Order: sequence, then structure tokens, then C-alpha cells
Amino acid sequence: MSTTVETATDIRSFHVEIPEEQLEELRRRIEATRWPSKELVDDRSEGVQLETLKALSRYWATEYDWRNAEAKLNALPQFMTEIDGVDIHFIHVRSRHEDALPLIVTHGWPGSVIELLETVGPLTDPTSHGGRAEDAFHLVLPSLPGYGFSGEPNEVGWDAGRTAQAWAELMQRIGYTRYAAQGGDLGAIVTDVLGRQAPEGLLGIHMNLLVTTLGAPTPPPGDTEEERAALDAINTFTTSGFGYFLEQSTRPQTIGYSLLDSPVGLAAWLLDHDTDSYYKISSAFVDGEPVGNLTRDNIIDNITLYWLTGTGASAARWYWELGQAQAKAHAAGQAPPDVSLPVGFTTFPGEIFRAPRSWVEASYPNLSYFSEPDRGGHFAAWEEPELFSDEVRAAFRSLRTNGGSS
Amino acid sequence: MAEKTTAAPRPAPLPAELDAGAEANPIRPFTVEIPEPDLRELRARIAATRWPDKEGVEDDSQGVPLALMQDLARYWLTEHDWRKCEARLNAVPNFITKIDGLDIHFIHVRSEHDDALPLIVNHGWPGSIIEQLKIIDRLTNPTAHGGTAEDAFHVVIPSMPGYGFSGKPTSTGWGPERMARAWAELMERLGYTRYVAQGGDWGAFVVDQMGLQAPDGLLAIHTNMPATVPADIDTALQAGDPPPGDLSAEERRACDQLLRTYGQVEYARYMAARPQTLYGIADSPVGLAAWLLDHNDADGQPAAAVLSALSRTTSDSGELTRDEVLDNITLYWLTNTGVSAARLYWEYKGGFFNAKGVSIPVAITVFPSEQYQAPRSWAERAYPNLIYFNEADKGGHFAAWEQPQLFAAELRAAFRSIHDKRRSS
Repeated sequence: MSTTVETATDIRSFHVEIPEEQLEELRRRIEATRWPSKELVDDRSEGVQLETLKALSRYWATEYDWRNAEAKLNALPQFMTEIDGVDIHFIHVRSRHEDALPLIVTHGWPGSVIELLETVGPLTDPTSHGGRAEDAFHLVLPSLPGYGFSGEPNEVGWDAGRTAQAWAELMQRIGYTRYAAQGGDLGAIVTDVLGRQAPEGLLGIHMNLLVTTLGAPTPPPGDTEEERAALDAINTFTTSGFGYFLEQSTRPQTIGYSLLDSPVGLAAWLLDHDTDSYYKISSAFVDGEPVGNLTRDNIIDNITLYWLTGTGASAARWYWELGQAQAKAHAAGQAPPDVSLPVGFTTFPGEIFRAPRSWVEASYPNLSYFSEPDRGGHFAAWEEPELFSDEVRAAFRSLRTNGGSS
Repeated sequence: MAEKTTAAPRPAPLPAELDAGAEANPIRPFTVEIPEPDLRELRARIAATRWPDKEGVEDDSQGVPLALMQDLARYWLTEHDWRKCEARLNAVPNFITKIDGLDIHFIHVRSEHDDALPLIVNHGWPGSIIEQLKIIDRLTNPTAHGGTAEDAFHVVIPSMPGYGFSGKPTSTGWGPERMARAWAELMERLGYTRYVAQGGDWGAFVVDQMGLQAPDGLLAIHTNMPATVPADIDTALQAGDPPPGDLSAEERRACDQLLRTYGQVEYARYMAARPQTLYGIADSPVGLAAWLLDHNDADGQPAAAVLSALSRTTSDSGELTRDEVLDNITLYWLTNTGVSAARLYWEYKGGFFNAKGVSIPVAITVFPSEQYQAPRSWAERAYPNLIYFNEADKGGHFAAWEQPQLFAAELRAAFRSIHDKRRSS
């Protein structure tokens, strides 16, 4: 990180320091939790299971130490800069390989920059992680508006399009004139829009969720076995796993009261995403058997970040903006512009649905990389940081031949 | 709360049949007595609320607004008195009896008029028996409220499983069908061999199921949320397609209202999918209050009738007041039933407003601010044995709670022919 960049563009250094009283209050609230009765089923079909949440809260109140998360965050250079009226928090790690490719990676919900921390080493310092110097990235990890340490917009309209514009501004402000972008979950929505906006300097994008399919007015084809399996998975998700999406995209303030006032209420809300990740996370707490990097501490780091920053409601509001934007686009009846830049895509097997190559090609005619690794799920970067980093390296390798340095 | 071994005072003696089978399934008198520490803890939690920032809009399009919640919390903490609600509950005879393995709480008030018509009234979500307290005297004692002795009802008001003082189911299966069977069993156990049933919201689903099951003794039902939508129109509306066929103006209006409603029921879709994940409403009084307040009516979400009640401190005509709204929320809190109540949505897999095929006598009152105003044309097709249909000039989704006087008058008129027939047979 060169300090000249900083001073020239009003980028302030940022350090996480949560006052001890806030941690004490959190523990007090966890211990005072009033629980509902146990679910009536033996699986997650009614929601987050009582046994899982009790195991989580026990660990959270007694063994967990936020200061470790704080130290991990503060070990990386963090910054704050105001863009379009909102303070944007970001981590910025320059590779020691000067001609590394600048890359902006966007987290999702219910995640945060915490999801991406373990990818910093492999991506910025590949030679220490089984890669080559030519695979190095300069890495920028922003917190979405309303998430983590970023500010919260005090006006409506901060949808994916505006966020993507802010990211382009951020990269320019840092001084990166040629860069790539990556995202899963909401990060994939932002990255997809960024690709369609194609700001000057953006060389290509990589995503690990096929967002063109999830909100599509007409379902994708089900001609092959793969396609039919993906359609089934989408159907399962939209009939039983979609509740958080509906609630957050319509009534974020209403659920927000519970998310701000009850740590365990917040934890349950954040755990209840897709089936694959839920059982992996549940296994870490109930059976003491974490899958990949989805360890108890990593999971609780993320939940605690939401709690300490009080961002349960503001993060949910992002979906409200998404809903508004989708409704507007639907009413206008206009298809978004195509992505003409090179697009890389990775289908992780545990994802909400396994996007078949045929669907990805239909969404992104300029598909330059497609891969289906044998493990990893919705939180691929979090769960399998090394594998994820391999995918990102491979996806962007072709961009570098054109020269990728800033 | 406490169950007493001695009988609570009651206005009229129970029928002798009540004791039949008492050994196997006793009916135990019940008194509400919330321990003082529970109330102290509630106040402490309200006072310690950690609030979100203000919503990003100047209206209620993102949910229940912060200013409204903070006003309500202040009043809840400093002025609302649960003991007054408790006294109102204990002023009527409360009982608990086990049906189908589960403790069922109910209010049972017999009229002084012995040939009164027995009536079971079923509440909904986000309500409770507190919705029905103001209709009890109007129905059991009509001569004190401008009615005649011939209009009297014996009134039974159960708490649904998982709601209020009823037990919380510990296994799946307690949907409207099973509740309907339980209510028939309850009426039989009370010795009522000929009776009628009434419901709105979930209560409407339950009385429809009672109508379908047509247990011995059920003479008719009255619903204030009738399920009348023809199958082809229901399918089209669910899919977001234009409704087929040549529609009358009233039918078209109903379609528009249903489409609006379907856009305001994410709370229902959420609870149908993930009730257990709502840990926050068990742990946060303000989280619970916001969740319960965010039910729509035709005039808004939150319901306009409930919002206007929040600025009403008293009402001579029995209209909904702020205290009553908080009584209901406090009941959910004290019984810790936010999540168990939500599970009812998960249990139910059927349609919302589609015609269910009820062929017994049915009476309908259409309230103007209900989810949709059922057209008479649809009502006649959905309920071929329609004995009463009236469009009230005011009232909405919480009709009994909002307009108890009008609601009671509707029930009298709705069941008058049943009364007369029963008396003459």
C-alpha cells in the first residue's frame, strides 16, 4: 500500500476497536436468552434447530473471543472512504508482486468481509500457498453499504447498480486503472451489474452464483438431467428456503427489531440460509466437526460483527433495495445490457443449485472460464479458501496475458 | 397463571353433562395469574431494548416504523397494566381440558337464557382470545345490549393449540383440520349437542374445516373471512396472471384486493417456511411486538385499524384501543407463544381464499376493510347452502375486536334462522 494514494484521495486508515462494555453486554444478553419451545421436526425444515442454536450460544457466551477476530482484521490494512455520501469500509492488501492483478471481491448476505479473510494469503501471496507469482492479486475487499463497518445510506436508492458504481469509483480512487471483480451471493449481483456497466478499467468478472437465474421472469430450460436437477434445487429453495429473501425485501425494518435486540435472534436469522451451509455449520457446533474453514470461531466472528455494528436491519434493507430495483426493471420490461467483458464462473457442488454450463453460457455469451470443482458450497471463499483462490486464479489467468498491472 | 382446584365463579350453572366423562378428560377451572417477576422481567427487557436505526423511508413501506415502535414501547413500559387485562380475563370463566393429547384453554360463558344457541368462536393470528372479550356479554346477554332474549348465545372461546394458555404441540399435525375435530369434541364434552361455529382469519380456516367435517350437532357456521374464490381465478391470481372469464365489477374489485393482499403476506410465507428461526420474537419484546403489528388490512400494513387504535385510549362503543393491542402482545410474550403460534402457518399446506366445498349452512359477513370483499356471486357458488350474506358498513380484518357491537349484531342476524329452527324442532 503506498501512502501517496491514500493522501491524494481522502482515504483514511481504519482500525477495529470495540469497547469492552459492548462485549460484556453481548455476553449478558446471550446468557439471558429466553428460548422458544423446540421445533417439532428432526431436521431444518421448520428453521434453525434449537439444539444447534443452544450449542452456538453456549460457545459464544463462554469460550468465544471477539478479540481474535479483531486482531485478524487489524492485521490487514483497512480503510474508510466516503463515496456517493456513504462511508465505505474496505480491506486493501497489495501483493508484493508489483505486477499483480488488482481484484475487488464483494461479500454477500449473511456474510461480510469475514467470509473473505482466509483468501487474502492465497490471492495476494500465491507463492506461499502453492501458486505462482504470476497468479498474484492486489486485493480490495469492501463492506457493502449497511454492512459491517461501512456506513448506512440515509436515503433510498443504494441498489446493486449504485453499489457497482461506487466500486468502480473506489478502484479508481485507489489508483487501479485495470482490474477484475469477483463475487458470490449479493456480491455476485453487484459483480454481474458491474460487468454490465463495464466501467473503464474493468477487465473481466468471476462469479460463483448464477444470479441471472434466481430472479428470472422465465425459468431457464430443463432439457438435460443437469438442468432438471438445477431446476428442482431452485424450486426447493424458493418454496422452503426463500423466506429470509421475501421478508428482507419487503419488511426489513419489522424483522430488524428482533435482529438488533436479540443476539440469538440475530444468530438464527443469519444461520438460516441454504441447506448445505446450514448443516455444515450445524455440524461444527453440534458434532464438533467443522467442514472446511466453516469453524465455530469463523461463523461466530461474522455473527458478532453484525451484532457489534448493529447492522442486522441495515443489511436486510439491501434486499429491499434489490426488490425495488427488480420491480422497476420488471415494470420497464427492459432486459439489462449484456456483459461483453470476459466472464468466469465456478459452480460449487453445495451451492443452492448447481448452475449447468448451458445456463451460464446463455446468461454470459462471453464466458471465458467455467469450472465445477468437487467440493465447496454457497460460502465457497469462506469454506474452501484455497480451492476458491485456485478458481479465481484460473478464471483470470487469460486476462493477464493482456497485461494486468495497475 | 395457575390452575385452581376450586371452581371459579360463573354467571350461570354449567349443564350436568359437563361432568360426564370427567374422570378421563376433566374440565379444570383456570385462572390467569402471571407471577410478578415475569412482569418485571418484561419491563426490564423493554427498557433495555437495543434499537435499529430509523427505516430508510418516510412511510411504513419497509415495515413498522421506528418512531411508532418507540412510542409504543414507552407506553408499554410506563403505563400499560397487564393486571387489568388479567382481571378482564378472570372475570369470565376460564377452563382447561385435554383434547387429543393437548391442553386446550377456553372461555365458556353460559347465557342466563337457557335455550340460548351454543356458539364456538375461533380467534386468529396475530390475535388471541383477547380479540373476542368484548363480544361475550353482547352475545350471552343480548337484552342488555339492545337485543332480545331469543338472540342469546352460550359462548365458547378456545385458544388455538400453541396460542395463549393452550398447550404447545410437541409434534406436528395440529393444523385447522385437527383443530376442527378438537372443537367438535370440546362442544360435545361441554354437553352441547346442537351448536354453531364462527371464525375469522385462522378461525375462518377452522370453521371451514368444521363445515367440511360436518360433525353431529354442528348446525351452521359464520365466517368473516370467507373462502370463496373460484378455482380458475384462484390459480390465475396465485400465478400473477389476469383472472379468466367475464367478471362483474364486484368480482374484479375482489381480484384487485386479493392481488394487493398477496403482496402483503410475506409474514405468512415466512412463518409457513421458517417459524423456528424467529428466535428473536421469543427473546425480544419489541421484536415480538413489531412482528405481531405488521399484519395488513385493506387499508394498510400494519393494519390501519390497529394503527388508529394506537392513538385511541378509550371507546364507549367498544372500538379497539391501545391497551387492548398491548394486552394481546403481552399475552403472546408472557406465554412465550410467538414461535409456537407461528408454527400454525407451517402446518397448513392448503390454499388461502379458494372455495373449500362446504355444504352445510353458512352465514357470511363481509367487512369492508377485510383482505378482500367477497362478492355475493362467489359466496353463493362457494357455499351453496348460504343462509345469510351481509356487507357491513365498517370494520375490517379484526372485526370482533374493532367493532364488537356491530359484530355481535351480525352474529345474531346471521344465526336467527338457525335459532328459530332449533327452537321449533
